[in-house]
Parts: sequence; structure tokens; C-alpha cells
Amino acid sequence: MLIKHPHDCPASEITPQNLFRQRREFLKYSIGTGIGLALPWPAAQAANEPAEDPRIKIAGVKPGPFSIAEKPNKYEHITTYNNFYEFGTSKTDPAERAFRLKTSPWSITIEGLVKKPKTLSLDAIMKIAPLEERIYRLRCVEGWSMVVPWVGYSLSALLKQVEPLGSAKYVEFESTYQPDVMEGGAGFAGGLGGFGGFGGGGGLDWPYVEGLRLDEAMHPLTLLSVGLYGELLQKQNGAPVRLVVPWKYGFKSAKSIVKIRFVEKEPATAWNKANATEYGFYSNVNPEVDHPRWSQATERRLGELLKRKTLMFNGYGDQVASLYKGMDLRKFY
Amino acid sequence: MKLSSKQVTLLKVFVFLACLVPLGDLGWGLYQDTLGANPIETVIRALGRWALKFLLITLAITPLRKITGFGWLMRLRRMLGLYAFFYALLHWCIYLGLDQSFDWIEIAKDVIKRPFITIGMLTFTILLPLAITSTNGMVQRMGFERWQGLHRAVYAAAMLAVLHFWWLVKLDVTWPLIYTAILSVLLGMRLYYRRSERLQTHAAGM
Repeated sequence: MLIKHPHDCPASEITPQNLFRQRREFLKYSIGTGIGLALPWPAAQAANEPAEDPRIKIAGVKPGPFSIAEKPNKYEHITTYNNFYEFGTSKTDPAERAFRLKTSPWSITIEGLVKKPKTLSLDAIMKIAPLEERIYRLRCVEGWSMVVPWVGYSLSALLKQVEPLGSAKYVEFESTYQPDVMEGGAGFAGGLGGFGGFGGGGGLDWPYVEGLRLDEAMHPLTLLSVGLYGELLQKQNGAPVRLVVPWKYGFKSAKSIVKIRFVEKEPATAWNKANATEYGFYSNVNPEVDHPRWSQATERRLGELLKRKTLMFNGYGDQVASLYKGMDLRKFY
Repeated sequence: MKLSSKQVTLLKVFVFLACLVPLGDLGWGLYQDTLGANPIETVIRALGRWALKFLLITLAITPLRKITGFGWLMRLRRMLGLYAFFYALLHWCIYLGLDQSFDWIEIAKDVIKRPFITIGMLTFTILLPLAITSTNGMVQRMGFERWQGLHRAVYAAAMLAVLHFWWLVKLDVTWPLIYTAILSVLLGMRLYYRRSERLQTHAAGM
């Protein structure tokens, strides 16, 4: 697929993103405190942190299998409407705060029930298999969806590197936890959440842990993603490397992964621990099994006025329904 | 502080316009496309929150008047209450239209199945007769006692509205907690006043 980026103005006129963000932060700060006029601009600028990573194109990305023909959502929407609770619970928090995440150096440790446990650097991970563009639907458990042109390769290519043992039945994914830069995780809201004790209490248990059954993890649809729209992932989208499991609700696709562990028993996953009746281990997209508090029959595709019908397995039934043959999906939600 | 009737009229005009600011803000945001990736969600939530805020503001009038002694505050109460209803009405319409595409069967199922929607609907159903009977004529027709009895339902509506908010939230209960705290103070003050009034009547009787 050809990806076009509109360039209506010369590059020299584009404000660098970090400067733009600094200005915005400064404006917010100065309006908030009313000292905007009293403080000279350079001083305020110096007080700010250097901001986030730039947009970097990935070379040699080829179209991959399983891409759908639907129109991807806008880059601006995919990168500003995120659930990344470590940075706060509002959809816009991650885009505003995740730039502080330290993503270099980065490595993933793969351990547990495997013949050859390994720690792989990001560079090594990027080279394990050819990078492909895969345009997938993303359905959030909250009832909205988008279409994202991810870049990555099948997770199975990475997992095969360590030669899983026969006793390995599940794969656990652990996201990075950097409390010093993750203000949403342990902050005011998280603390109050715990105090309120509603819905399982205590916010989420960090680090964020997700899990898949081994056959799900090895399924060719399951993507290890390093980019979107032909560029390296932005931090709010789970840079530098994340999971994408398109037939499951979005929270199953763990972001910013640092550890992969092969285990025998079903892992205790973050949302399941927080509220087991609302968020099951499988969490396959299923219009017939509602969330206890809202319907899952329909979804709002971002950019559309009316809701559309949610598809079984988010439209990937042909590929994945066989994984769940004979299982009662109401019970294993 | 006493206000002349002219000042009260001016104040009412000002409050009337000020209460439209949130709506104008949302409309402008929609027009300028600054409401983010999911503008409909932004709008429906903002309208719901404003309905709740206006309910709380309306409930704050009586305690505020008791504390400050400003009688003219009472002249604003009906308008504020009607604005709570107005924002709730818009919130409700967007749910029916854009969330459910006016599919009445689905809506009925949703109301029955989902406590969060049940509570929202119930809240609106309570507010509706209060809005209808908010005119002076209605007060006269119903008689003040009965009218007041009916309008006490606003306490139930406010509690249900807060509950509706609790059930929407996935994990971060900061805001529901804040609204609960405010409502508790407002209702608690009423209990306190009622008790002290009763004590006074007792004392006067003795």
C-alpha cells in the first residue's frame, strides 16, 4: 500500500514537534498560573524538559498478509486517542505525557519454559523477520474502534528463537514500568481509585501484564509491532515494541514490552486481576457477550457518526475461530 | 445584600447567557474539529457532566442562601434547574440518536439489561415532570405543598445521576468521588438545617 503524507507547506515552516509541545505546555502553564506575561519566554523554555521523539520513517516495509481494505484512521487520531493507564486514564494523557518514557536502550528478555532463554536488543528484534505493513481493525472493550496500519511481523518469528518447551502452555507479556515518568500509574487518581475500592480497587497492578495461550501467541495474525503508518511507534502507542492481537479487545495488546515469559498456567493479567467479572482472560471480541455494564454488539468507529455492528472475533473469525472450537465463549470470555 | 428587581433581571439575563457557554464551547469545538478523535463521545460525556453540574449548582442555591442570606439567589434556582434538564435532554437525545440510531427495540433492551442505562433513563424520567411543572401556573394548579413534594424528587435524581456516573467509569473513580462528596455535603446540609429547625420548634414549644 502506498502511504501518502500531505505536505501542503515547506518543511522549513513546520514547527518542530518538541518546540510545539514546549510552547503548548508553556501556554498551559502560563495561563494556569497567570504569570505568562511576567516570565520572559527563554526562561520558561529552559524550565521545560526536552520533549518527545521525532517521527522516523522505517525503511523497507513491505505490505504483509491479513490487511483489511478499510480506510485507516488518521495518524493524528491514532496518536492522540490512547489507553495507556501508566500515563493517566484520560485518552489524551498518553500523547501529552508518554514522551518522558525512556525507550533507549531497550531489550526484551524471553525466559521461562524455553530451551534457549534470551535477551534481545531492539536492533536484533527489528531484524528477526522482514517488517510488514498490516492494516488491522482495533476494537476497544469500551466500544470504539479504529483501523491502524501497523508495522511489524508475526510474533511467532520471535518466539521460535527461544524454542519453547512442551510444558509451555501460555505466554506472559510484561510492559515496562518506569514509575518516575509514569505519573498516571501511582498518582493522585490511582491512589483515589484504590481508596474508592470500586471495581476491584487499587488501580491496576503495575507492571502491566498480559497473556495469551501458546497457540494464540503463535498464530500468524498475532503481530509484534514496532511501527505505524510506516514510521517507528510513538511512545503513546507503546514504543518501541508492542503486541497487536486484532481479534481481541485492545487491552490484550500489551505496550512497551520488556519481558516475555513462557509458563504452564494461565497468567494473571492486569485487567483480569482488577476486575475478573468484567475482563476475562480471553477477551475475544464478541458481539454476543456483553460487558456487564455495556453492550458489545455495536461500536463507534472513530470518524463515523453512527455506531456499526461489531463483528465476531472483530472480523477475523475465518482465521481464528478454530482456536476456540468446543469452548463455551460465554464462560471463557 | 439586597438587589432591586431591575438588578435581579440583569443578573438573570447574565446567568441565562453564562449557562449557554458550555454548549457554545462544545458547538465551537465540533465546528473547529478540536474535540479529539472521538468527538461524539466527548460531546455526550460533556453534556452529561454539565447536566450533573447544573443539578449540583441548583441544589447549592438553598444552602448558599441560608449561609449568605441573599434572597435573590432563589430567583435563579428555577433557571438553573431547567438548565440541568436542558443538558440532560441533549445528553439523552445524543444517546438515542447517535449511540442507538433511534432503534427503539435495542434501546428498550439496553434499558432493561444495563443498570447503568437503567439509572440514566430513570434519572431523566424523574427530571422530565419536574421541568414540565416548573412554571408558576403549575405551582398554583398543583398547590404549593404537592408541588414541593414532587420537586423533592430532585434529590433522588441527583443521587441517581451520580450513580450513573460511577457505573460509567472503568477504573479511575476520582471524579465520581468528587461529585459524590459535593452531593453529600449539599444533602447533608439540608439534613442539618432540618434538624436544627426541628430542635428550634421544640425549644419554642417548651
